[in-house]
Amino acid sequence: MDWTALRLSLALALWTTLVLLPLAVLVARALAWRRFPGKGFVEALIALPLVLPPTVVGYYLLAAAGRAAPLGQLYEAAFGGPLVFTFEGLVAASLLVNLPFAVQPLQRAFEAVPEQLREAAWCSGLSRAATFARIEMPLAWPGLASAAALTFAHTLGEFGVVLMVGGSIPGETRTISIAIYDRVQAFAMGDAAAMSAVLLALSFVAVGVVYGLGQRALVRRR
Amino acid sequence: MASDGLEARLAQPAPIPLDAELGCRPGELLALVGPSGAGKTTILRAIAGIIRPREGFIACNGEVWFDAARNLSLPPQRRRVGLVFQDYALFPHLSARANVTAALGHVARAKRDVRARELLELVHLGGLGERRPDQLSGGQRQRVALARALAREPAVLLLDEPFAAVDQVTRRKLQRELALLRRAIAAPTILVTHDLAEAAALADRMSVLHHGKTLQHGTPDEIANRPATPLVARLMDQPNVFAGTVAARDAAAGLLTLRWGETLLEARDDGRFRPGDQVAWMIGAAAIVMHRRERPSRGERENPVSGSIAELLFFGDTASVSLRVGESANAPVLTFSVSAHTARRNALTPGAAATVSLLADAIHLMPPGE
Repeated sequence: MDWTALRLSLALALWTTLVLLPLAVLVARALAWRRFPGKGFVEALIALPLVLPPTVVGYYLLAAAGRAAPLGQLYEAAFGGPLVFTFEGLVAASLLVNLPFAVQPLQRAFEAVPEQLREAAWCSGLSRAATFARIEMPLAWPGLASAAALTFAHTLGEFGVVLMVGGSIPGETRTISIAIYDRVQAFAMGDAAAMSAVLLALSFVAVGVVYGLGQRALVRRR
Repeated sequence: MASDGLEARLAQPAPIPLDAELGCRPGELLALVGPSGAGKTTILRAIAGIIRPREGFIACNGEVWFDAARNLSLPPQRRRVGLVFQDYALFPHLSARANVTAALGHVARAKRDVRARELLELVHLGGLGERRPDQLSGGQRQRVALARALAREPAVLLLDEPFAAVDQVTRRKLQRELALLRRAIAAPTILVTHDLAEAAALADRMSVLHHGKTLQHGTPDEIANRPATPLVARLMDQPNVFAGTVAARDAAAGLLTLRWGETLLEARDDGRFRPGDQVAWMIGAAAIVMHRRERPSRGERENPVSGSIAELLFFGDTASVSLRVGESANAPVLTFSVSAHTARRNALTPGAAATVSLLADAIHLMPPGE
């Protein structure tokens, strides 16, 4: 059992969730309520990681943020180290591939909040910030919880992008899914089995949370 | 510009065309009436500041809320409106009391709870404050919405079809309550409705809208009995609107003679029309008086008109009579009601001959066309 890898995976999942959710709330809210040219294009772009092989996403990330690419050089100049093959690089890649998992449940949740409720809040004297905090978020929270659980679980299980952008550096980029692959390659099936069981349990809990919340939201709306 | 009450002038070509003007004094209830799609709700939303029309001006108690010319538009939060939405738009995750408290931001925190309870008492919901909207009946939800709208101590109270979503019994009850509550509301109140009887019963004044345009302002009685145009008359559900010609005028007696097909009718002269003028004219159904068979009745000599009964329909205690005046199939038809009892006693049946009087005072002349 590679505890370092498990810890790293959990850290990656946590960071990805914490950074991505506020961003996803803003994007999802805009997509739910605003009409703007190119909206369909933006939605398609966000959904892309769902269908693209992770290796393709990883390849483009390497090409864009590698040490020879302008973006990679810019990052290196600003932070004094490369982005690829580091934990930060993994977080950045993970944010991208998790966009649909965070944005889509939130967008559905905001779409289900009637526009009239916001108007009623304004007419009751609530500022836009208060309307967001007291009306919109409490009604959209099952979407937020779903987004968090899905992002967390999906990051735990992410393999292709991590391998492409992170490699398999112990303590830096070797996540639990990479560790499982390594153990299988080394015919250490016992280790792989233990780690797989842990990952299975964590994912099951996360997905269970998502479906449980979905049921509760349905019951409440009735 | 009056400094008390609400004054609004709104115009825009799209998305919903508007060309409306209205005023409402403190304590007054103005009903905006008109068919669906007339722009009634849009006007309320513009007054509340939810939408911003292209052109116009809105001021309340001397404070300018919107002035397109100066590019000024206060957000809803700064307009002090109370708005009851058509389907109430209660916050579903909050209790009735919390719904009301949400609109008490201007009250000191410690006093909000007491005030919310008072408001719920006012709308007869004391004791139901802890229920969530999905645990309340339609009528109770409407009351919560009204309490929430009043919570802000609004400078203008806006009611968007507040009785449309409840059953008839509840509607009558809520209408009575509103009529009683109005004594306690000093703010100008604007009621949007497509129910003409409701408007006539509750409103001090009415404003008739059609395709976003204000057609006429006035008291419910003026609008019902002296519509400005045939279109207003039709929108007010007046069945008896016809075309005619002014045949003669006796200014000294204050009388006009109106030619209606073969018939000559006497009407009041209001000085607007001259002999030879084409006019539209109408008469309220209540001013069409059936002649009894056995003995003469009130106003029998006044504009007697004979015809045959084209249609007779019983609605409970009343009978709706359509009287065809003339022989041909496209002869004009007068529609009026008599009590079911009268209809039976006079043996009214389709095809039977009948004579009515059109009371001269109730004949109202309008310019022809729309």
